[in-house]
Amino acid sequence: MEGKEMKKIAMYWGAGCGGCDVSLLSLHEKILDLLEEAEIVFWPCAMDFKYEDLEKMKDGSIDIAFYNGAIRTEENEEIAKLLRKKSKILVAYGSCATEGCVIGLANLYSREEIFDTVYLKNETTKNEDGIIPSSNDLHLPEFLPHLKTLEQVVKVDAFIPGCPPPKPVLENALEALLQGKTEFGKSVALCDECPRKDSKPEKIEINKFYRWHEKEDNGDCFLAQGIICMGPATRAGCEAECISANIPCTGCMGAVPKVREQGISMLSALASILGDMDEEKEKEIIESLQDVVGTFYKYATAKLLPEGRLKDES
Amino acid sequence: MSFEPKIVAFLCNWCAYAGADLAGTSRLQYPANIVPIRVMCSGRVDPEFILEAFRKGADGVFIGGCHPGDCHYVSGNYKARKRVEMMKKLLKEMGINPRRLRLEWVSATEGQKFADVVSQFVEEIKELGPSPWREKK
Ligand code: FES
Repeated sequence: MEGKEMKKIAMYWGAGCGGCDVSLLSLHEKILDLLEEAEIVFWPCAMDFKYEDLEKMKDGSIDIAFYNGAIRTEENEEIAKLLRKKSKILVAYGSCATEGCVIGLANLYSREEIFDTVYLKNETTKNEDGIIPSSNDLHLPEFLPHLKTLEQVVKVDAFIPGCPPPKPVLENALEALLQGKTEFGKSVALCDECPRKDSKPEKIEINKFYRWHEKEDNGDCFLAQGIICMGPATRAGCEAECISANIPCTGCMGAVPKVREQGISMLSALASILGDMDEEKEKEIIESLQDVVGTFYKYATAKLLPEGRLKDES
Repeated sequence: MSFEPKIVAFLCNWCAYAGADLAGTSRLQYPANIVPIRVMCSGRVDPEFILEAFRKGADGVFIGGCHPGDCHYVSGNYKARKRVEMMKKLLKEMGINPRRLRLEWVSATEGQKFADVVSQFVEEIKELGPSPWREKK
């Protein structure tokens, strides 16, 4: 270790599925290169670290801290703030930390509704006494009223998109971050690197929306087939991993830079490619769209509804 | 104090805005709750504008365009119709009453119609009360 300053890095797992922690391993042998330049000072998921270890570190002593997962509990929030204090660069790692991801869809429901489903109403739940664990008797960290993204809690310096960040995205991000850069990644839409892009007609016109299990895929551009694909509104960089596996994009990479609303831009694009027809038919087709928030804001509901679902009195 | 809603109105330059103008020069009365924004075509109204208006506290959003077949850019109003229909679905799922968003066709000669639909819309929003997003502020 002589001669070369090792970068100190940390990785924390907030409210998420764990895929982000695993994604770091998808670097394969490249992770060894990373370890040549950086030493891990905190990574509770992979090594034995306690929160006290983090508390004892000097403020600003961690060069790069990666926070994956969203903020769902008091504990998540506390560690986010602590990591912010201890780090020079705080990175939102993956879709949950960046924009709330799939678990952010929980913001469509209240905390009570969520507990009700999880502890009482789920078909696989047997809870005759109707017990709902609470912080009072178990000393659990409080479950916050809404799910938050990292940026909604602390200042964030850089974002690595993806659910979880795909290998090319990660490689590119780590390289930039180790050089001290906080902006990286592509600024075009996924269609740019789509393997099906040659089959995209000059003008797309569709007369029906299909969910992807409803139609046999002919191998052409999904949108041209009427299958909803978030590609045009989604940031490139993943090398179209899903589409290469014949699955339309659901948008985990988030919006193309400088676009604020990924969901709305896709909604607008989809409306525009709907062919000309009489008003009744048009209404019928649009009515057939199910789960609009879940389709267009699958990964960004926490940003769309940071305070949870709104309540219009009437 | 009675509730005075704030309504953002996107009016296309060639029809609805001219209609609003006519309503004005003909001295027709309509409530002052609308804040008109002139756009070149109803097809210019990006659904993001609608969301942003609600996010900033609008109680209702009104879009006025040319009658079907009359859009100066041929199909802008048809696109607007589809987008509005989709936005209503999104708003509903978000917990906003879709009646807070209204699209109307008003030609340059329909000053009276403009005054009527705006008055009607204002009444309707008054009934609905303040937008839940405004309440959060
Ligand atoms: S110009 Fe009026 S709607 Fe297009």
